[in-house]
Amino acid sequence: MNRRFPKEHWAGLVAVVLLLVGSYIGLFVAPAERHMGEVQRIMYVHVPTAWNALLCFTCAFVAAIGSLWTGRERWDATLVAASEAGIVLNGLLLVQGSLWGRATWGVWWDWDVRLTTSLILLLLFIGVLSLRSFAAGTERKASLTAVAAIVAYVDVPLVYFCVRWWRSLHQIQSTPATVDPAMVLPLRLNAFGLLFAAIWFIVRRARLELARRRASETALPDRIERIEVGHA
Amino acid sequence: MSALRSQTLTLLAKDLRLEWRAKARLVAVAVFGLLSLVVFSIAVGPDSKALTAGAAGFLVIALLLSSTLALAESFRVEQERRALEGLLLLPVRPGAIFYSKAVANTLSLAMLAPGLSLFGVVLYGVELQPANVLSFFAIWLLAAAGLSAPGTLYAAMTSQLRSRDVLLPLLLFPLVVPVLMASCKALALALTGDPMGQMRSWALLLLCFDLIYWSLGGILFPFVIEEG
Repeated sequence: MNRRFPKEHWAGLVAVVLLLVGSYIGLFVAPAERHMGEVQRIMYVHVPTAWNALLCFTCAFVAAIGSLWTGRERWDATLVAASEAGIVLNGLLLVQGSLWGRATWGVWWDWDVRLTTSLILLLLFIGVLSLRSFAAGTERKASLTAVAAIVAYVDVPLVYFCVRWWRSLHQIQSTPATVDPAMVLPLRLNAFGLLFAAIWFIVRRARLELARRRASETALPDRIERIEVGHA
Repeated sequence: MSALRSQTLTLLAKDLRLEWRAKARLVAVAVFGLLSLVVFSIAVGPDSKALTAGAAGFLVIALLLSSTLALAESFRVEQERRALEGLLLLPVRPGAIFYSKAVANTLSLAMLAPGLSLFGVVLYGVELQPANVLSFFAIWLLAAAGLSAPGTLYAAMTSQLRSRDVLLPLLLFPLVVPVLMASCKALALALTGDPMGQMRSWALLLLCFDLIYWSLGGILFPFVIEEG
């Protein structure tokens, strides 16, 4: 049996190293923020999670257009994988934000515009995958998922710009010019770490989706015992 | 463009005729909306101040709940005796089918406005000033259009699926949160007065939402029904 090391695992390895180094610097090297104190350190995972969640949904949007345009199953597999990665990251984002909110605002949740639009985005993409699970037929599944993902993606610009368009408890986007350089490094390391982790997950999940499809097309249902994703 | 318009108008006449012939369905949707208003009153309790303060929100939620019934029905009738397939055999643009359905749904939901608002006035003790009647119904129409465009698209997508009754609200409710927010605020201003002139910005938000989803619906609808 060919046990080669799949290329996407390199992205996973880079992700682990970057996240370990970034988290170490964020927790033990970077200075504590003057007003919020130690709780501000959650920013080193919260902000990269937010960026990468939006990137995953953008990837899902592009894949949805590709799927509708070409009808190729690779686009559809990428759409599913990116949507799932985005949902996981968006869920983590809301948990991190809730922990931070409890410590700084005194509440677990506030109906602030940024929080609300982020929650809506999560629910919209959960809806996309729910719709997919009820659709029958490969092509029908792909076209319905793609259309629902494009409709859901309209919320993404709203999530990003809402803090500028409306009054919000949530702060507006920072730039490196407004952040201490010692804080920028762990933020960047974790951002790239999560980006590589998302790439690893998306490629892996897309391969699994394609392998499942191959298996269901070629094998009898009772003969499918194990799908080896690495050999897809 | 003129072909799309003439096809849309022809199909709209067909859809409105269907609605008219199935008056019982429209009445059932309206009664469901009225029942929702009664349920909200019972849930809040006999606190008349709280009911008056939340009247606009209750009206919008009643509209939303009624819309899920109306939207699901609009495509269920097309599945009966495979009417949609027959329609697709004709040289009709899929966009025309979408726009005719969406306009018919908007009109159906707009027709709920007088009944629901009158019931709201009685149950919640709100007073609709004559000067604000026009803006109240204009906001209602924008909200109905905002629910109808994505609702029609989703109704078409879910009409052939198992658990379609669960899926339609699951998909629609989060998407139309901006419509709910803007219409609640704008209707509340129409009911209580708008001394700061804020209604215009909420109406603009509704209009932007409508423009985005009416355009997107027309573009995406062919992909939804071509393999249906």
